[in-house]
Amino acid sequence: MAKIVLTNKALAVNPLKVSQPVGASLAFLGLARTMPLEHGARGCTSFNKLFFMRHFREPIPLQTTAMDQVTTVIGADGNVIEALRTIAEKNRPEIIGLITTGLSETQGADIPSTLKLFRETYPQYDDLVIVPVNATDTLGCLETGFALAVQAIIAHLIPESRNAGLCPRQVNVLASPMLTPGDIEAVKEWVAAFGLHPLVLPDIGDSLDGHLIEAGYSTLTYGGTPRSVIASMGESAATLVIGPSLQRAADLLKARTGVPDYRFDGLMGLEDCDAFTQILSDISGRPVPASIERQRAQLQDAMVDCHFHLGAIPVAVAADGDLLGMLTRFLVGMGVEVVAAVASANVPSLAGLPLDKVIVGDLEDLENQARHHHAQLLVTNSHGAEAAARLDVPLMRAGFPLYDIVGAYARNWVGYRGARHTLFDLSNLLASQRKEIPPYRSLYWQDTPRAAEIPGAAAPRPI
Amino acid sequence: MKQHEIQALLNEPACSHNHKSKSGCAKPQPGATQGGCAFDGARNALLPIADVAHIVHGPIGCAGSSWDARGTRSSGANLYRIGMTTDLSDLDVIMGLGEKRLFHAIKQAIDSYQPAAVFIYATCVPALHGDDVEAVAKAATQRWGVPVIPVDSAGFYGNKNLGNRIAGDIVFKHVIGTREPEPVPAAAQRLGIVTHDINLIGEWNVGGEFWNVAPLFDELGLRILCTLSGDSRFREIQTMHRAAANMVVCSKAMIHVARKLQESYGTPFFEGSFYGVEDTSQALRNFARLLGDLALTNRTEALIAREEAKVEAALAPLRERLKGRRVLIFTGGYKSWSVVSAMQDLGMTVVATGTEKSTEEDKARILALMGAEARMISDNDQTALIRTFHECRADILIAGDRYIYPTLKSRIPFLDIDHVRDIGYAGYVGMVELARQLVAAIDSPVWRQVRLAAPWHARVSKRDAMAA
Repeated sequence: MAKIVLTNKALAVNPLKVSQPVGASLAFLGLARTMPLEHGARGCTSFNKLFFMRHFREPIPLQTTAMDQVTTVIGADGNVIEALRTIAEKNRPEIIGLITTGLSETQGADIPSTLKLFRETYPQYDDLVIVPVNATDTLGCLETGFALAVQAIIAHLIPESRNAGLCPRQVNVLASPMLTPGDIEAVKEWVAAFGLHPLVLPDIGDSLDGHLIEAGYSTLTYGGTPRSVIASMGESAATLVIGPSLQRAADLLKARTGVPDYRFDGLMGLEDCDAFTQILSDISGRPVPASIERQRAQLQDAMVDCHFHLGAIPVAVAADGDLLGMLTRFLVGMGVEVVAAVASANVPSLAGLPLDKVIVGDLEDLENQARHHHAQLLVTNSHGAEAAARLDVPLMRAGFPLYDIVGAYARNWVGYRGARHTLFDLSNLLASQRKEIPPYRSLYWQDTPRAAEIPGAAAPRPI
Repeated sequence: MKQHEIQALLNEPACSHNHKSKSGCAKPQPGATQGGCAFDGARNALLPIADVAHIVHGPIGCAGSSWDARGTRSSGANLYRIGMTTDLSDLDVIMGLGEKRLFHAIKQAIDSYQPAAVFIYATCVPALHGDDVEAVAKAATQRWGVPVIPVDSAGFYGNKNLGNRIAGDIVFKHVIGTREPEPVPAAAQRLGIVTHDINLIGEWNVGGEFWNVAPLFDELGLRILCTLSGDSRFREIQTMHRAAANMVVCSKAMIHVARKLQESYGTPFFEGSFYGVEDTSQALRNFARLLGDLALTNRTEALIAREEAKVEAALAPLRERLKGRRVLIFTGGYKSWSVVSAMQDLGMTVVATGTEKSTEEDKARILALMGAEARMISDNDQTALIRTFHECRADILIAGDRYIYPTLKSRIPFLDIDHVRDIGYAGYVGMVELARQLVAAIDSPVWRQVRLAAPWHARVSKRDAMAA
């Protein structure tokens, strides 16, 4: 049971937290033929779009209601209607995610009545689904905004029904934003290995995995969970919920459909993976395939090989709650000493982490804690690079945003294979910057040729 | 190298293996042999000489899979990290071009890297072929003005240990005594401290571990003329004959260098180790004793008291976690009991120790440390070793690197104390690191997980049990 420490600093320095609207937009980016629309000033969306572009290296469909000074004061409902109409007309999406921001929430935007007005005014767009999400950036973080959007998607796109199990080989997967597109691909393969058909919501593994399409550029998402598929989730045999942030979304899905669910805090450690595999075997009624048994044995072997590098190594981690939880449990399970854990927002899952305390704070807190506890490795997003350089320790990049490496979105962390890969990467990072015993130069070497030696001087004479 | 020369090297009067039932070193059994050859041993012993070009004269088999595999560290020069071999081809062998090739190789090494000296390790193929490496070395020395030292170390001569001896022998014959040491620099003179010159023989500075200890020598006024061969330089080896006392560090293989220095120059020596608090202190005391300097003795005792108090404080919490844990040690010779005492010092129970390369004297010390119940293992078979581990209900196995993966595959905690590791365990500071590594290895949460049956198997077996 971890103690939650709120730093209560007046100033957030080197923020770790990313806003709820970003998270909510990300959830919509995992739906097919979709446009997220942020109800706020143009800058909110401009920043957010760039944030996603740098992380995913993809064009990002994201629009804004472009509130200005006048509409902010006298009411921006007209902006919303105008934006919805423009997108419907120009881009012809199947789904628009209408996401409020701190600005529109503070202003007190009345989204339901605005939507009603839109429907009355433009009946020609009745086919278009609009999913409103209240995602003020004065609360929560990326992960909570994402979860709110998933909740809203379930509420608007999955009809109330009692058809659970109608498709006995169909399985729902609610996927937290701690899962990369690469992770989602791995989860799908895992589920499919048992002859089950996974419906992932939202499926950024299909939309943001980075793939070229015949049409070239698209103004909407490049893939993602289709609307019709979402609607059929009530007929699945089971729901697999990955990430504690999705508890309420899972509750809602279960209440609306009666589909039984199985919840997982993470899929990285051996026991996490075993539990998931066992459930898949139970749901499908099939034995665990030999290929997965082999992956399990490979992870165990890697654990044994890597424990020399990782045992008792002090490490500092900062991320949103789900990822922080999954990573710290995994690291602690490898014998790593997590000397500092910093979460971007105070979410319920933090208390359950296997640590003495979790700090709700920023990357300055991470840096200070890491320095204080002599951490030998940082695990956080790309913004941690400067802190890592100042601390002279390697950085393992995880979370959002990852803008200074390519392929971050494709990296697979979860499952037996992902965990194994992560172990190798962690070990290699630590080995690459391992601090050896510093050379000692004897005082008796003064005035001898040894005093003039330059370390590492052997190099072939230039040709 | 002629058979009688090999026999002479195997007959080491200062080596306690020589006195009792075992004579020299045991012959390898084809089909059941582990461990390296004479070339491996010779190069291992000399490679840490950092400013030397180490050329392996032979086909690629000798150097190709083994170069730059030592954990030894240098404080400056790092020419020893550059792999060099004559890479003999079929044509060289058939046409008898080996010597010519070697001569050109030496030139290339000198031209490209300006080494302080060149060491030539002659391997099996040129030995069989009859290359006169000594003549080539002589000619090259004359031609290029850089000392070229032939190390006749064909793998078929014998085991790694023999190779160590060959190396020591070569160094004694060709290098030691060829230069006088510099005077003690004025800046290093301190009031009331007489500087004594000493050598360390068989210290390899693995993982830089000797740097844990080196400052203590400076502080005491002990100038290390040369360490044979960790972080050493060619010109330092040349001056080894001028030391007033020598220490043979944890290695029987180099003992005859110490013996020959004693015979030829009257330098007294002792055997000791820097592994463990007790041994480190004892080594420093032995120097003071051999040098017969009362002021040095007093300084040494004060330093020991200070360092032991410091390490004690750091070790206390680690001891708490190691107390009563059961350890099986499998290492040879001197280490078979010196590591035992270090582990016991940490509060661990040593359940068995290997005696593959131990002498009767070593075994007597083991008995004294572990009592009459002491279980000694002389069989180096890995499967048998793992069986013994389980029989003894041990918590961790401490052994050399060749046991690492068989042990890990058996899901058994392991600590590597061999030369390829890159973590330093020497000296007072090293003991804390060793204890830390032991705790990390034994208490790693990995072991529980890798022994865990997959839940689906657990369930199946339960079902089977119920059905039965």
